[in-house]
Amino acid sequence: MASITFVLNGKRTTVDVDSDTPLLWVLRDTLGLTATKYGCGEGICGSCTVLMDGEATRSCVTPVQLAEEKTIVTLEGLGAERLHALQEAWIEEEVPQCGYCQPGQIMTAAALLQANPKPSDKEIDEMMSSVLCRCGTYPRIKRAIKRAAQGGGQ
Amino acid sequence: MTSSNTIDRREFIKVASAAGTGLVLAFYLPATADAAVDTSGGTFEPNVWLRIGTDNRVTITLSRSEMGQGIMTSMAMIVADELDADWKNVSVEQAIAHPKKYGSMSTGGSWSIRGHWDIWRKAGATARMMLLSAAAAQWKVEPSTCKTEPNVVLHSTGKKLSYGELASAAAALPVPTDVVLKDPSAFRYIGKRMKRLDTPAKVKGTAIFGIDIRRPGMLFASVEQSAVFGGKAVSHDATQALAIPGVVRVLPTAKGIAVVATSTWAAFQGREALKITWDEGQWATQSSESIWATFAELSKEPGTSGDKAGDALAALPAAAKTVEAIYRAPLLAHATMEPMNCTADVRTDGTCELWVPSQSPQAAQTEAARVLGVDVERVKVNTTLLGGGFGRRLAADYVTDAVQLSKELGKPVQVVWTREDDMQHDLYRPMTYNVFRGGLDAAGELIAWHHRIVGPNSRGLVTGGSKPPYAIPNYLVDYHLKEVGVPIGAWRAVGPTQNGWVVESFVDEMAHAAKKDPYEFRRALLANSPRLKRALEFAADKAKWGSKLPKGVGRGIAAVESFGSSVAEVAEVSVEDGKLRIHRIVVAVDCGPVVNPDTIEAQVESALVMTLTGMIKDEITIERGRVKQSNFDDHRLLTFEEMPKVEVYTIPSTEPVGGIGEPALPPAAPAICNAIFAASGIRIRTLPLGPDTLRKR
Repeated sequence: MASITFVLNGKRTTVDVDSDTPLLWVLRDTLGLTATKYGCGEGICGSCTVLMDGEATRSCVTPVQLAEEKTIVTLEGLGAERLHALQEAWIEEEVPQCGYCQPGQIMTAAALLQANPKPSDKEIDEMMSSVLCRCGTYPRIKRAIKRAAQGGGQ
Repeated sequence: MTSSNTIDRREFIKVASAAGTGLVLAFYLPATADAAVDTSGGTFEPNVWLRIGTDNRVTITLSRSEMGQGIMTSMAMIVADELDADWKNVSVEQAIAHPKKYGSMSTGGSWSIRGHWDIWRKAGATARMMLLSAAAAQWKVEPSTCKTEPNVVLHSTGKKLSYGELASAAAALPVPTDVVLKDPSAFRYIGKRMKRLDTPAKVKGTAIFGIDIRRPGMLFASVEQSAVFGGKAVSHDATQALAIPGVVRVLPTAKGIAVVATSTWAAFQGREALKITWDEGQWATQSSESIWATFAELSKEPGTSGDKAGDALAALPAAAKTVEAIYRAPLLAHATMEPMNCTADVRTDGTCELWVPSQSPQAAQTEAARVLGVDVERVKVNTTLLGGGFGRRLAADYVTDAVQLSKELGKPVQVVWTREDDMQHDLYRPMTYNVFRGGLDAAGELIAWHHRIVGPNSRGLVTGGSKPPYAIPNYLVDYHLKEVGVPIGAWRAVGPTQNGWVVESFVDEMAHAAKKDPYEFRRALLANSPRLKRALEFAADKAKWGSKLPKGVGRGIAAVESFGSSVAEVAEVSVEDGKLRIHRIVVAVDCGPVVNPDTIEAQVESALVMTLTGMIKDEITIERGRVKQSNFDDHRLLTFEEMPKVEVYTIPSTEPVGGIGEPALPPAAPAICNAIFAASGIRIRTLPLGPDTLRKR
């Protein structure tokens, strides 16, 4: 067991867990933040994506010790005060179907817009092809990202 | 509880489901007495589908599962429209499972709307009429001088009462037996792009799926099942698993060996450390190839006769030209993004509560009652949101262990399947071996058709949707069903997915053999199927069938009627350097009345993604009696950049209400395969496409 401290959704947070535990399970089981989803456990599907120091990070393969003194944002924190432009665009475009992968989709898109507020179609394709959706919401995700980017990104 | 609204009125509406599922379902709309509704608080609850509070809130009870198909919103739109409810005042709550109150609660067969269209409309209209009568009585005027606007009753003199103000009085009135439904021209919500009620929570991260359930004192469990289907654990050594911090217990269950822990991760870690000796059972040497060989051998013998007309076997030898082909449809996994899971809390008083992402909460209830040996009334089932269903969650196999473990541990237990468990212990879409023989007369007319299907032993799953929709004077579908030890189940669009593909591909082969245009060839054979014919014509028109295409691009068409709807699709593809490129897919849908156009478009987009995944990406194969694939690295899904352009057209229709969750799948694969043939001359008879399938030989 180790004591690990990070800033989670704007709040300094300390957990006492085995330092190898993936960040995903610390969020979900230790801290009760369940928006971040388990999909594959291998970093393939992207459902577990969170922002770590602004980078899209697969929390299911990120040992919590790597989060030490980092800033973590989950979907719960993204629009805590006011909905993020992406969340508004997601609602406008009616993106989700089952909704399970959407936290990973939105967090990945948030990392994209943070680094590149006006991504090209190709840049959107490249970034978002790393996150799987079984329902097939891809065309709407693309429209929503473009809508959010046109509205000024952040 | 008032007595005057407890009229013993039951309305049985028996309905048979359409293609593929072979189920017969019955629904009823119970009067208040049956539903034992307490109206003492002034709440108005004329039937099980809605209640109106004195606060003017309208609460609609959803007896079906929301798995992405938008039923939460569509159902509310239907009830609210006939009720003349104000959309702002409407909320939806998920029904607690009940063996009878709502009829069947299974969400499958694209059935939710087509099975409830009349019932839900009537539920809203009945309540509206009672509110209107209550207002008329209060004002001492004729009800005919009153009308409703959203959430209010108005009198011609301008007097006005809200539904909330009328709720208590309406609750004391008898339930009318004959209500007039709205003329469609008066619909406020039906047919409009209403915003989905479940979207905000799904976008903010507050939506609760089964895997997100957290109960006080809850433990987490992960179960190692036999990799070989039908295998059993003979013995296990838990020493190392129990040494993992957080692991609480290791014990055998119905499915295998369970590790119970204080976190999901500890349970997964414990699993890794288990040592289990298996008896692999009778299927341990089986492979996909051995199953195909068994099927091929069986296909040489006459099968059990299914759909038929005339005498196909006599007509074939007499035909001027015959064509033979063998099609193989693969095993497919559901691969819902949320792996199977169930949370159970078995209490010391013998009651049990479940939180489960299920397409059939009644099946979950029955399974829990069976495990515990109690009546179903002792089992409360809360249906959560489903992170995908696609038919997988109609079963209750993921409920069993959670109930047993909660009972043994005396605490709430959440069983979570790993992605690998989910991939390797699915109930797969069956693999089928299809032998076709078709005969043309001298004029190129299709006069004989024989389709022999060999598949695992579930007739509905294997033969559903195999009856050709065309006017063929002599046809025969016969089949062999053979147990091969691979669990199978309903996979989105069920029988019609694989049979739509093979039938619409082979009819295309016959058109080419007759040297006729594939569209005109089908059209001429659909004289007796006007709805499907219209869909075919609509799609062809929108796709400008027959117009010139760029060099190398081919066009393919297919049309299938399933789950009460007719859908035709035209694909434009090219094959470049052995790779498939899809330029455009045009989809024409006739699902009768349109509830939410946006949902129809979303379901069609979804159908295309699911179909393409099955065509170019995923396949389940068997090796040494077990599933070879285990995660999204060796069972890939279609990705963002591979999504083709899909154009959806809804055909204005006065046809009966049809489904939309599934019907766009069956024509998708054949339209694309027929386009591949048109573009490259390569006829696809085995899916998924292999890496070299599209390379010219």
